[in-house]
Amino acid sequence: MRFADYDAGPFFDEMFERGNLPRPDARALAAFIDSLPPGELAQRQTAAERALLHMGITFNVYGDGAGTERIFPFDLVPRIVSAAEWTVIERGLKQRIRALNQFIDDLYHRQQIVKDGVFPLELLTSATSYRQACAGMTPPRGIWCHITGTDLVRDASGQVYVLEDNLRCPSGVSYVLQNRQVIKRTFPQLFASSRIRPVDDYPGRLRDMLEHLGPADTGQPRVVVLTPGPYNSAYFEHSFLAQQMGVELVEGRDLLVADGFVWMRTTKGNQKVDVIYRRLDDDFLDPTVFRKDSMLGVPGLFEVYKNGHVALANAPGTGIADDKAVYRYVPEIIKYYLGEDIVLPNVPTFLCDDPTERQHVLSNLKDLVVKATNESGGYGMLIGPRSSAAEREEFARRIQASPRNYIAQPTLSLSRVPTIIDGRFEGRHVDLRPYILYGEEIFVMPGGLTRVALREGSLVVNSSQGGGSKDTWVLATDDAAAAAPPPAAVARVAMSQSQGQG
Amino acid sequence: MLSRVADSIYWMSRYIERAENVARFIDVTLHMIPDMPAGSIPQWQPLIDTTGDAPRFKEKYGVATPEAVIQFLTCDAEYPNSIRSCLKAARENARSVREVISSEMWERINRFYLIVESPTFDEYCQRDPQDLFAMVKMTSHEFFGVTDATMTHNEGWHFGRLGQLLERADKTSRILDVKYFLLLPTAADVGTTMDDIQWAAVLRSASAFEMYRKRYGRMEPERIVEFLLLDREFPRAIQWCLMTARQSLHAISGTPTDMFRTPLEQWLGQVCSELAYADVDEIIGSGLHEYLDNLQTRINQIGGGIRDTFFANKEPGGRPPGKVAAHA
Repeated sequence: MRFADYDAGPFFDEMFERGNLPRPDARALAAFIDSLPPGELAQRQTAAERALLHMGITFNVYGDGAGTERIFPFDLVPRIVSAAEWTVIERGLKQRIRALNQFIDDLYHRQQIVKDGVFPLELLTSATSYRQACAGMTPPRGIWCHITGTDLVRDASGQVYVLEDNLRCPSGVSYVLQNRQVIKRTFPQLFASSRIRPVDDYPGRLRDMLEHLGPADTGQPRVVVLTPGPYNSAYFEHSFLAQQMGVELVEGRDLLVADGFVWMRTTKGNQKVDVIYRRLDDDFLDPTVFRKDSMLGVPGLFEVYKNGHVALANAPGTGIADDKAVYRYVPEIIKYYLGEDIVLPNVPTFLCDDPTERQHVLSNLKDLVVKATNESGGYGMLIGPRSSAAEREEFARRIQASPRNYIAQPTLSLSRVPTIIDGRFEGRHVDLRPYILYGEEIFVMPGGLTRVALREGSLVVNSSQGGGSKDTWVLATDDAAAAAPPPAAVARVAMSQSQGQG
Repeated sequence: MLSRVADSIYWMSRYIERAENVARFIDVTLHMIPDMPAGSIPQWQPLIDTTGDAPRFKEKYGVATPEAVIQFLTCDAEYPNSIRSCLKAARENARSVREVISSEMWERINRFYLIVESPTFDEYCQRDPQDLFAMVKMTSHEFFGVTDATMTHNEGWHFGRLGQLLERADKTSRILDVKYFLLLPTAADVGTTMDDIQWAAVLRSASAFEMYRKRYGRMEPERIVEFLLLDREFPRAIQWCLMTARQSLHAISGTPTDMFRTPLEQWLGQVCSELAYADVDEIIGSGLHEYLDNLQTRINQIGGGIRDTFFANKEPGGRPPGKVAAHA
């Protein structure tokens, strides 16, 4: 496989400039791959995929018979982000999270932003993700969105946009960590010589952040990860994060509420739980408050939470900021709370709830991407340029029936990265989901999950829709990469040897 | 540790050990066939009897042909104790506790599971069963070896060992029971008409042939029974299994080993004491089959005790935190 035959096409290519010239930060990678003997890269790709299968790094496919597991396809060619560009992304994400956290807190208290006419009341009253039960609550340390995965895309001009905020239970970070392990094993020499910022400290930072939410009076708070169970699509990630943090992975049936606290059932009786990293939607958390039919949650959990005797991450009610109609107002939200201009722009968004904008959407369905305001995972979506007339009619009907449930955006020509397809390099569209932790301070993981749409021409990168992933290399600035001092020479004790042999 | 997690580790280990022992049962019969006198008919029915699931087999397959027995005990996805079902159950349990066990343990189970679930598995079982059984045994050994070498010997590890050894004690008793029943219809035949080759096969099915030779030398049925039932050093002997299981039980509960605080600790302690002071001639004289039957019932009772003591913490109010259950 050689890059000589690669065609970057009329898109923004993350690795190549016009004329098939590697971008400055990608030169070493391109030269290395070009120097491999024929067949070598394909062989390493196969080995990497086999390793993922043996390690059971899989996700469950819904509606495909119970227990169908697949590996999340992994492509060896990494996506590189320059140090200068990352500085802007990091600043933009911190700004966004800080503002959104204030926004959520405001909505559950005085709703000043609505009173001041910046955020429309109708959008708030019609939001299905607003939790009345959380009104008046202040979560531990005043933080609502502890863990966020924000989806970024780049269009043909090279501009980076925020495409979506995921503030409920964003998944995928385990793939970032595993992809990095596989890449380090696959390209050890290249990895050692590049200045790639590490991501491996994420589980440690996640644990610190969660412990920060625990009560001040107990020594070390007991943190657990709450999973819906082995049949959940992201179960591997739940168990991986619990393992890497060194905390218990619990299911709802392992927990109970008694005497105003949450306990877990152990072989030595019940033990108190202080912080729950829940990978369960609000709806399923507590059948006495939210969905009555939930078998996954813990009856009475919300009451304990409200009384401040257990912390939940993310805080229930955070999903309001995940609403795609709210997304449309993020520039105004940032301006309102922080008095700053937005650093990472939004993709222009039309609210179907607004009669004028709806009319525009309905007459331009062929050019727009339509999304349901409360769906994720690439479900409930229409990609205008790739849709049939019947699909457009169907969406037009749905939009008119419940306009509040839909937004539309122009179809972006997403940037591409060379990807191994049938033994050659072809350009495939990508996005990027960095993970942000909000604890004592806001931490943005340097990198994130680069998802790639493996089908030719496809713009949908979700794992449930034929997407794969790549490692993301955020390069260190020169001063950050200053050489570490060489290890000091110390005397070593020799290993003992058998006597009287040989 | 979480009750659910302890439960899963316990059953993960039991199912791996069970798969290994099922492979041992079949393997020994396959080994006996070439050595049998001309004109004699290979015995496959005792294998089915060993499992305690003979009615189930008869209903689905009828006559115990070699193909039917191998199909039933290795590939049958509907039979919960087939090698395939055991591996599947072990893997399901491992999957629900993979953050507690080591990655190496998980990977060992997962790789084997991928073979068992591959479309060519049925065909492979019939074409080269001996190769399959060798692989099952080796996988089990690798799994427990990796477990001992990579998992902290904490409470979870002890639950795994408890499951493994109770399973092994039960299966050794079944190997001994059916073979003894088959080869020795009455106690009077002891030492008269024994075919060394068949006894050697019994020992081999418990990987005990070489170690028995070193211990006793000659093939004598009483000594073979003594070795598989009462030896204190051979790791597949029932006495060794139960003594070692008892160490794990007390490591989990913290009860001193010369005491008991739960019915469970009492039951296991009583069985161990009886074995420690047992005499093999008395056992054979009063009926080995009855003795083993009783032993299996008590091992089942101990399994139930483990469930009630550690896994079935279901009271909604819960016990006071930190307090150890004290029934006795």
